[in-house]
Amino acid sequence: MDQIVEKPDTLIGAAFPKPDAPDKVVGKTTYINDMVLPRMLVAKIKRTDRVHAKILSVDISEAEKVPGIVAIATAENSPKGLIGVLKDNPPLKGDKVRCIRDEIAGVAGETEEAVNRALELIKVEYEDLPTVFDPEEALKEGAPLIHEDKPGNIGLTFDFEHGDVKKAEAESDVVLEEKYELHYVTHTCMGPGCVIADFDTHGKLTIYTQTQYPYNYKMDLAPALDIPAGDIRVIQPPTGGAFGSKLDVYPFEPIAVYLAKIARRPVKLFFSREEEFIASPTRQPARVYIKQGAKKDGTITFRDVQVYLNNGGYTSWGATIPAVMMRTMTGHFRIPNVEFHSVAPYTNNPFAGSFRGYGNVQATYVTATLMDKMAEELGMDPIEFRLKNAQEPGERTPQNSLLKNAALADCIKISAEKTDFLKKHAEYTEARKTPGRIRQGIGIATSVHNAGGAKIHKSDGCGTILTMDDYGRATVITGASEIGQGIDAVITQLVSEELGIPPSDVLIANDDSAIGPWDVGVHASRTTFIAGNSARNAAVKAKQQILAAAARQSNVSADKLELRGGHVVQKDNGVSVTKLDRLIRAMHFAGEDAELVMVSEYYEPPSELEDKNHVGDISAAYAHGAYITELEVDTLTGGVKLHKITAVQDVGKVINKLGIEGQMEGGIAQGIGYGLSEELIIEEGIVKNPNFRDYKVVTAPEMPEIECHFIEDDEETGPFGAKGISELPCIIPGASIANAVYNAIGVRFDNPPITPEKIVRALHGGKAEAAE
Amino acid sequence: MSAKIDIEFTVNGAVKQVTVPATASALDMLRDQLDLKGAKEACGEGECGACTVIVDGVSVCSCLSYAVDFDGRKIETIEGVQSDEGLDPIQQAFVDYGAVQCGYCTPGMVMQVKHTLDKNPNPTKEEIQRGLEGNVCRCTGYSKIIDAVTEVASS
Ligand code: FES
Ligand code: FES
Repeated sequence: MDQIVEKPDTLIGAAFPKPDAPDKVVGKTTYINDMVLPRMLVAKIKRTDRVHAKILSVDISEAEKVPGIVAIATAENSPKGLIGVLKDNPPLKGDKVRCIRDEIAGVAGETEEAVNRALELIKVEYEDLPTVFDPEEALKEGAPLIHEDKPGNIGLTFDFEHGDVKKAEAESDVVLEEKYELHYVTHTCMGPGCVIADFDTHGKLTIYTQTQYPYNYKMDLAPALDIPAGDIRVIQPPTGGAFGSKLDVYPFEPIAVYLAKIARRPVKLFFSREEEFIASPTRQPARVYIKQGAKKDGTITFRDVQVYLNNGGYTSWGATIPAVMMRTMTGHFRIPNVEFHSVAPYTNNPFAGSFRGYGNVQATYVTATLMDKMAEELGMDPIEFRLKNAQEPGERTPQNSLLKNAALADCIKISAEKTDFLKKHAEYTEARKTPGRIRQGIGIATSVHNAGGAKIHKSDGCGTILTMDDYGRATVITGASEIGQGIDAVITQLVSEELGIPPSDVLIANDDSAIGPWDVGVHASRTTFIAGNSARNAAVKAKQQILAAAARQSNVSADKLELRGGHVVQKDNGVSVTKLDRLIRAMHFAGEDAELVMVSEYYEPPSELEDKNHVGDISAAYAHGAYITELEVDTLTGGVKLHKITAVQDVGKVINKLGIEGQMEGGIAQGIGYGLSEELIIEEGIVKNPNFRDYKVVTAPEMPEIECHFIEDDEETGPFGAKGISELPCIIPGASIANAVYNAIGVRFDNPPITPEKIVRALHGGKAEAAE
Repeated sequence: MSAKIDIEFTVNGAVKQVTVPATASALDMLRDQLDLKGAKEACGEGECGACTVIVDGVSVCSCLSYAVDFDGRKIETIEGVQSDEGLDPIQQAFVDYGAVQCGYCTPGMVMQVKHTLDKNPNPTKEEIQRGLEGNVCRCTGYSKIIDAVTEVASS
């Protein structure tokens, strides 16, 4: 009797739960913070209490005497290598401190109590130095020098020019000139910073870390340790969120290693929540001066942008955000003439790292509110003005991003239709003329982001090794890291789909750099696209190997066969030719012809590096989004209540319905925080609100209804047509909220977050119609 | 060094006797002495709910409770929520509705939801949201968590 195997429903686009969710809901998942190794010591860091000072002496003699203290690392007894993007950060500071988070010593001991006691007993003598906190002040002649080898305090600069801005300005009918002050926010990952370092007796290091870029992490860590990168093995236990914060090496990681080396025992170093606020990287703050011009008919003529980034004491990825910021400033909407200049001067503030959205959060806040201002100036509505300047599919931006299937106009039109935007916008504008305490508002913002990787390193690739065991199950060893974002689910779906096996027969292995093939890391909305392509291609290779063997066995040619439900079947009628596991065993145990199903794939996206002028098509695909926020403002209290966010985004193709919605909603919550409530308040270099009480992340009662509409235009280079999606939801909401608040009360806030206090102050300052 | 005190209480139905420092937090005791590491310390200041457990039917931040205050109490932790039949309906809904990303907030969320639904089995959406007010999740934006709770409440 022939066995007929029915075609199962496709998993692509399904609401497929994360494979690790069951363990997480029962509390079984062992996060790095939960790990205990035999004979492991606990460690903490002695930080400075100054923002700029010469270190005269560090005295650890009393601390060493505390019972249970096993190792103390200081600049004196530790390797001298540097970390950071510009290699300007000594993990332990010996000569001077440059910001409040600076590390003086690491202490490891048997108990946390002993370590805390020892930290108190470390005595540091300083000579205070003059300070500077403002990026423009830091550039002035005679400003205190933060790094002796960085004259003028100049860190990274970015410059881009296209067309003729001066001429365009002269020919413009309308020119707007604005200044924006974009604030500090921080990731607040729920799992506080933690690392475990352990040497074997050969002197090789195993480091358990929360990093989201395990392979280049080794390269960045090694110089600080005086050991070859090849002697480092990176293990990534489950982590409590990352959002970009773990894309660099930070001082606490080498410090844990120094302590493990001295103690010859495993050392676990961890942060308190307060430390997490003070001593983990922030989003990059920015002061933006921008000029934009247009013709009477609404055609944008030019943009001219000057950005000052507060670099803080050291350089991590924050200072490189202009690379992304620039793409939106120069290429979001048709900008025929554009100049972009940025500089990141060193100051005595804490420093910034990468954070979901990477400069595009800031760029979009600026450009999307500026678009609204300009529409009003021109007497056009916000939709009409945007559509007038939206690129068509196939256009290239000044930096040469190829907008193959630009869905910008569609995103704008669909979002406007779904929300009845124009009618409400006009109504609420009109309502401002009559008295009333509660004002309704609606606002739109749009952006564009790389959605097919981002070639910032010479390779933007990801490796996969796929093996089938003798029971027909697949193990996928991928370079891609799981940080909660759900690549485990996506890869499971892609492989299960190609191999015709149930998802429960797919195992993902991706937590050990000694086993996994290389990957750039989780950033730039790249993982579904790049690691997804890599895993899918590997599965296709394995499938070809299996079908070829089945063809040899069955005399049915391989192109007439497919994998389905754990069988090899004939494509046309679903008749089983053989069971998959039986075939795999037959291939494996075939004597001299033995064949193991085991393939590897290294996927490199079709994209290019920027040249030195910042021109280059860095991503295989780009995605647009238009988000509309509806809200109300209480003009008496300044309270903003969000009603609804309608998010229309070009996603190529939905792979996992649960995953994509979860990324959208989670990103939107962070975007709302950026626009309305979150600010890390730093005064004279000191973090003033290092706790969840005063640093206000969005909580459940503040979440509005979210409606997502996905434009699925099947990106030809993506896995089953998918694009990367996870940063736009964090990038766009802030600006759409700002535009909605303006629609409600007629006040612009170029200095988010738009807190009740700022609203009340603005309304009472008479800049808008008085509140009733 | 603070004084040590003997306490006795039930955790997930089992009687436990432990000796704890007078100043130890209940969370540290659960995690370090009883090896119940499901509850997390994400702030240690009562501001995030990651450490939520249920004490005599009421959800509390175990990071703010003293271990000694658990003496004579009935404690439920995330480890005791799953039954022999499998996941609790709340846990199952969290899985099915995609309410879990990094999962660090999840044990606390599940305990808080359990408490909310025990008190009020038919909450409105607003009541669900208010019930979760003290639990921070940085990944999900809460929407899927609210969906999951709505599902459990309606079935
Ligand atoms: S850890 Fe207890 S409330 Fe945050
Ligand atoms: S799932 Fe990550 S904090 Fe909630």
